[in-house]
Amino acid sequence: MSNRSESSSRELIAFRIDGREFCVDIMQVRDIRGWTPATPLPHSPPYVRGVINLRGAVLPVIDMATRLGFRPTEPSVRHVIMVTQVEQQIIGLLVDAVSDILTVTEADIQPTPDLASELAKLFVRGVLAIDGRMISLIALDHILPTQEAVAA
Amino acid sequence: MDTMAAIKQTFFQECEEQLVELESGLLALDDGSSGPDTVNAVFRAVHSIKGGAGAFGLEQLVRFAHAFETALDLVRAGKIAPTKPILKIMLSAADMLADLVRVAREDGVADDAEITRMVQQLESVCGMPTSGTAEKTPPSKPNAIVSSDDDFDFIPIQISLEDLIDAVPISQNCFQVTFDPKPGFYARANEPALLLRDLAGLGETNVTCDTSRIPSLAELDPEGAYLAWTVKLHTDKDEKTIRDIFEFVEFDCEITITELASDEEFDTAAFSQLLSVASGQSDMPPEPVEPKLEKLAAEIQSRNEEANARKNEGAKAFNQAGATIRVDLERVERLIDLVGELVINQAILSQRVAEARIARSSALAMGLDDLEQLSREIQDSVMAIRAQPVKPIFQRMSRVVREAADMTGKSVTLQCDGDTTEVDKTVIERLTDPLTHMIRNAIDHGIEKPEARLAAGKPETGHIRLAAMHRSGRVVIEISDDGGGINRERVRSAAISKGLIEPEAQLSDEEIDNLIFLPGFSTASTVTDMSGRGVGMDVVKRSIQALGGRIAISSTPGKGSSFVMSLPLTLAVLDGMIVSVHEETLIVPLTAIVETLKPLKNDIYDMGGESRVIRIRDTFVPLIDIGRVLGYRNEAADPDECVVVLIDLEGHARRALLVDTIQGQRQVVIKSLEANYRRVDGIAAATILGDGRVALILDVDAVVENANVRAHAQTNNVPLLETAAAE
Repeated sequence: MSNRSESSSRELIAFRIDGREFCVDIMQVRDIRGWTPATPLPHSPPYVRGVINLRGAVLPVIDMATRLGFRPTEPSVRHVIMVTQVEQQIIGLLVDAVSDILTVTEADIQPTPDLASELAKLFVRGVLAIDGRMISLIALDHILPTQEAVAA
Repeated sequence: MDTMAAIKQTFFQECEEQLVELESGLLALDDGSSGPDTVNAVFRAVHSIKGGAGAFGLEQLVRFAHAFETALDLVRAGKIAPTKPILKIMLSAADMLADLVRVAREDGVADDAEITRMVQQLESVCGMPTSGTAEKTPPSKPNAIVSSDDDFDFIPIQISLEDLIDAVPISQNCFQVTFDPKPGFYARANEPALLLRDLAGLGETNVTCDTSRIPSLAELDPEGAYLAWTVKLHTDKDEKTIRDIFEFVEFDCEITITELASDEEFDTAAFSQLLSVASGQSDMPPEPVEPKLEKLAAEIQSRNEEANARKNEGAKAFNQAGATIRVDLERVERLIDLVGELVINQAILSQRVAEARIARSSALAMGLDDLEQLSREIQDSVMAIRAQPVKPIFQRMSRVVREAADMTGKSVTLQCDGDTTEVDKTVIERLTDPLTHMIRNAIDHGIEKPEARLAAGKPETGHIRLAAMHRSGRVVIEISDDGGGINRERVRSAAISKGLIEPEAQLSDEEIDNLIFLPGFSTASTVTDMSGRGVGMDVVKRSIQALGGRIAISSTPGKGSSFVMSLPLTLAVLDGMIVSVHEETLIVPLTAIVETLKPLKNDIYDMGGESRVIRIRDTFVPLIDIGRVLGYRNEAADPDECVVVLIDLEGHARRALLVDTIQGQRQVVIKSLEANYRRVDGIAAATILGDGRVALILDVDAVVENANVRAHAQTNNVPLLETAAAE
């Protein structure tokens, strides 16, 4: 492809939710661990599963399926929590499984198709075509509820 | 630049310590319970502040500290006696010094006129010539006063060898410095050439290097030290200045500094040689020289001893300083976090072992017991790092007392007990405001005017006692005064006129006393500068509660009042009651809980909507269904299968929390929810239980608030509920 792509290659971690594939930048992922029951938080949106203990720190777990508008996950021991860092906060993402590590260049990332829903626009930064599969690149900036959403 | 800022920060930290030292010294002098050591300590404190301030170019601070130091020097020299009036001025001067330090810390500028006024007061009280309004500039040699200590009397020896003396200007001193570095000197990356260059900067030098100890190449240790230097130095500086050059290496090398009467070495051989020359050229008889020489030798000897003694003293001082270190608070907090994790991990491990049905007597279980013991000890020790004595804050209170007494025209003494009691740093920091408020209140409202005290047969001077002690894992702070006590009639009528209680309400003495903690309550008939704005005791109570503490009052009319605060030793842990609600585990802070009880169905009354009240000994208390308020379930809980936890809210209101079961009581480590998530309504924080799961700590006031909002939203029968709440 283009020349500059060589210099801007990046690694992504791909994961599955409800039969679909997504990925995030590998630099944001701190840890991957098995599902442990979370303590539910009162007055929180449905996609916040609750909080868990990660080596002494209390971190929220987001059900990515619910967050992206799919059927809520029914977590089992086979599900995993991806521990990610978003700015200063550590957030756990509940997903079905981690599937792959991808090395891609910026040029491989195609713009999000136009007909995507509002929810998809909020999180999907682009799509990748890998071995005939479509993998959506997720940005985690807005993954936690905003203050208004909590107050409601 | 950053390094400079860091050094400056250290300077200000040290200033704080010096100010504490200064104030406690002056107060000790005031008591008459101290001697010359205290005067010296006080002097040193002011002097160090001046020295540091000079280094950072803090002109105002230097100027004031200098004037203060000069006054203190007169006391130190015994020229003036530290009488009460003088000490009073000096205490105000100490307050001003503290203010100036604070202003300097905030990069501000203080009022010059005020400084001048204080300086003049100091000067007049000490009988010094007043400097007038003219700027009193610090003298060019700020060390002059101290260094007078270090000067020793030099006895000049007259040697009438004009030509020799002519070679050296008379005002100059001549030193022989021998400098013999040890291997450690080089190991710490010191460079002799730099020190020799510094020496050369003091005057004319003549350096010889002693290379006699250099071994053959085969025997040479590349990290050894084989060279020694002898420097003859003509300078107008004193020995201390020379010693200062070697200040940082004095433990890594042998330094001798010998003062010489002329530029010739005073070893006997050289002197005899000199004598023979002299006797050949002058008619001076040799006899008188001999005793002088002996005297000189003795002089040199004693000076060497003196130097050694000083060196030992330096080493001693160094060892004392080594007893404490400054550590970044963040590091300590990280350590506390890690140890908290260790304790939790150990608890999880113990639970797993128990689950695996391993015998308690097995080596594994016993090893785990040891581990548990050890982790608890580590946790205690780490917590102790954050603990600090309450002394500094108590000392600050003596200033509050002075100012408040001056402002109200009352005479008050403060007695501090147990000021070595240690509490968590954060608790200490957040105690200042409530304590200040309570002391001001005690002086403003508690202590009577002198004439009223005399009329009541009490001593003219009021007495306030501030005491701290450890009691069953908490720290108790007590403020008591010997004033008039709480005027219950006035409190009662004030509360009625402000609509805080009903005019016909029947209140016990204790209940009346507690009215002063209600928001918006103030009995002062005139609004004074200090208190009486009606934001007093309720703010105090709230800040104590925010610290996880409780406050109680007891008062005897005519005898005085006493406030007792009970505070946790640290903010990192909390005493909580562990309860279950709809299969979730919650922690209720123990400080809020009044009692727990098993409700009878007959005692619970439906008030419409979700609202219910429970009758507890003929008062009706709103019942709060925790499961519902937190959204764990939608249907009302069945009281038969529940337990009621009676809690005390801010103000005087009580609420009954309905929970499923009480599991027990324990200390939990507080973990923030905000760090990785955000504030959750009704939840104060989180903690991690022995099974590794997160449990939420209830914010009882917020939960009650939520329940009220729900009640408002679901029923219009609000006034009825409120009436019930007001008892």
